Amino acid sequence: MLKMTHLSKAYRTEVVETFALRDFSIHVREGEFVAVTGPSGSGKTTFLSIAGLLEEFSGGEYQLDGANVRGLNDNQRSRLRNEKIGFIFQAFNLIPDLNVQDNVDVPLRYRGFNGAERRRRIQESLARVGLSARARHYPAELSGGQQQRVAIARALAGSPRLLLADEPTGNLDTQMARGVLDLLEELHRDGATIVMVTHDPELAIRAQREVHIVDGQVVDLAAQPRLVTAASAHP
Amino acid sequence: MFNYYLGLALRSLRRNVVLTVLMIAAIGVGIGASMTMLTVFRAMGDDPIPNKSRQLFAVQIQNWEPRRGGSGGAGGSPDNLQEQISYTDAMAFMNMRAARRQTAMYATGAALTPSNPDLRPFQVHTRAAFADFFPMFSVPFLYGAPWTAADDEGRSDVVVIARDLNDKVFAGANPVGKTINLDGRDFRVVGVIDRWEPIPKFYDLNNDMYGKAEQAFVPFNRAIESQMASWGNNNCRGDVGAGWDGHLHSECVWFQFWVELPTAADAEHYRMVLNNYAAEQQRSGRFHWPPNTKLHDVREWLNYQHVVSNEVRILVVVSFSFLLVCLLNAMGLMLAKIMGRAGDIGVRRALGANRGAIFSQCLIEAAVIGFAGGLLGLALTMLGLVGLRSLLSEEVTRLTHFSLADVAIAVSISVIATILAGLYPTWRAAQVQPAWQLKAQ
Repeated sequence: MLKMTHLSKAYRTEVVETFALRDFSIHVREGEFVAVTGPSGSGKTTFLSIAGLLEEFSGGEYQLDGANVRGLNDNQRSRLRNEKIGFIFQAFNLIPDLNVQDNVDVPLRYRGFNGAERRRRIQESLARVGLSARARHYPAELSGGQQQRVAIARALAGSPRLLLADEPTGNLDTQMARGVLDLLEELHRDGATIVMVTHDPELAIRAQREVHIVDGQVVDLAAQPRLVTAASAHP
Repeated sequence: MFNYYLGLALRSLRRNVVLTVLMIAAIGVGIGASMTMLTVFRAMGDDPIPNKSRQLFAVQIQNWEPRRGGSGGAGGSPDNLQEQISYTDAMAFMNMRAARRQTAMYATGAALTPSNPDLRPFQVHTRAAFADFFPMFSVPFLYGAPWTAADDEGRSDVVVIARDLNDKVFAGANPVGKTINLDGRDFRVVGVIDRWEPIPKFYDLNNDMYGKAEQAFVPFNRAIESQMASWGNNNCRGDVGAGWDGHLHSECVWFQFWVELPTAADAEHYRMVLNNYAAEQQRSGRFHWPPNTKLHDVREWLNYQHVVSNEVRILVVVSFSFLLVCLLNAMGLMLAKIMGRAGDIGVRRALGANRGAIFSQCLIEAAVIGFAGGLLGLALTMLGLVGLRSLLSEEVTRLTHFSLADVAIAVSISVIATILAGLYPTWRAAQVQPAWQLKAQ
């Protein structure tokens, strides 16, 4: 589903070149739930930006759902992003002056679905996250957990091949975070491919597999001391 | 997607009412100022007879000796030509009959004594002209018809009156065959002109160019024989002559002369005839200078006579410069508004919007602002025109009407100008990187 090989990302200024990712390789198979962990500044977010076609990379190869994405122009990247990827952001990133159903509608508009198809998908995805009754509410009228579930509904509405989650519980309290994680696990059980970036080891342990990044490179967790125990990850 | 973007634009404008009002106000004020001046400018310089303006020509001939040692020639004009001609030349041109239609004319007036004893006598602005005046200038008739060439020759006591005068004297009924008394002489009404108000009054720009057309028209020869005095502009040099006949046969200029020349060949032929006439006058010793004559069609005549003054042109330029300043302000506000929404734009980019989609969305928002600014500008234009009416003369007041075409022009200018002003903010919006959404967290 997602395959990066010897990928690099450099930020250049006139005097210095800094690598956010260097010789970075990862392979996420269809149906996997992978947690990407690492300390701050390790390159997690850069990885997610490149994986989500939000940012270009400097070198190496990246294949998304079998397609090589190197050299695609803005239109092609936007279309691929819209069709294949669903984003779940830490800060939810709902548009405040759109109500819940209009927020979920945003990616569907850019896909070009007709009105009936969009309505069907909005209803289905809101039902999936248990927010059908809140369709006409505005983001400010919802709790943080509910807002994140709207964001998940928005990510699901276009039936993406890959869900990318960036610290999806980072702005939630423990109870709400648990609800969102339960939802992600449920989506995974139903076949979704999920890549979740987090710096929280307790969250990472809920994933099927953990990939650890340090200084822009994937490191072998077996060679590292285990950060948390299974017992502490499942209170 | 247009409807979607339109809906988003309206939501966005409601989201920050203060900025929205400021932008619309900036554009509205600019449009109001520029459209007010443009309306006056267009009305002043409008073609008053578009279907014939290329076929009607004002005639000029130099009958005064050029002044020496300065640019101000005869009548102060650099080309030594006066705007009007003398009786001698007017009659000579009429007798030549070298055009399809021709008329000499002058502004005069008379006291009208109504037969209705309830009405007191009043003065009527009158024009003395030949019968060709009416078909030449496409004058519409409500009742009756113009007088005939035979009436011209026979100096008949006939009159054509305007609709307003007919309403006043005959209560709007058909007056053809009835008489009105002008300066103690009875004139038989042969026709009533329907509404006809050429703006400017191109056939006589020397006398109240933005005034109303005359209320009564009498045969030229009748007026001359009745010694109906000029109520218009008179310019004389040298001996002005004694008495009416002396004045008539002096070199004083107070007549306008127009010809209808349907083709370019006709115009060329008429120029030759005019020059031949002037050469003949030179040979006879009346003119001591080479032939100097000119034909101007209506549009050329308006330019020659500076109907739209340089002051008005400057004011139009100033008002459009003001619009430019308003648009720059609106552009700054738009930029602030759009950059304030960079987060939302980034989200949309992340969810699949390409640069073109963001560009279209913001441009439609700019167009909506421009449309609203245009409507406000229209209201301000109306106010501006009302203000002009209270400041300026009645003549200028007549100019300040606003047509549906002007509404369309105002809104179009506003929308197009705002879209142009919105191009930079919109371009900036389209440059928002979707990755910022992740990096900002």
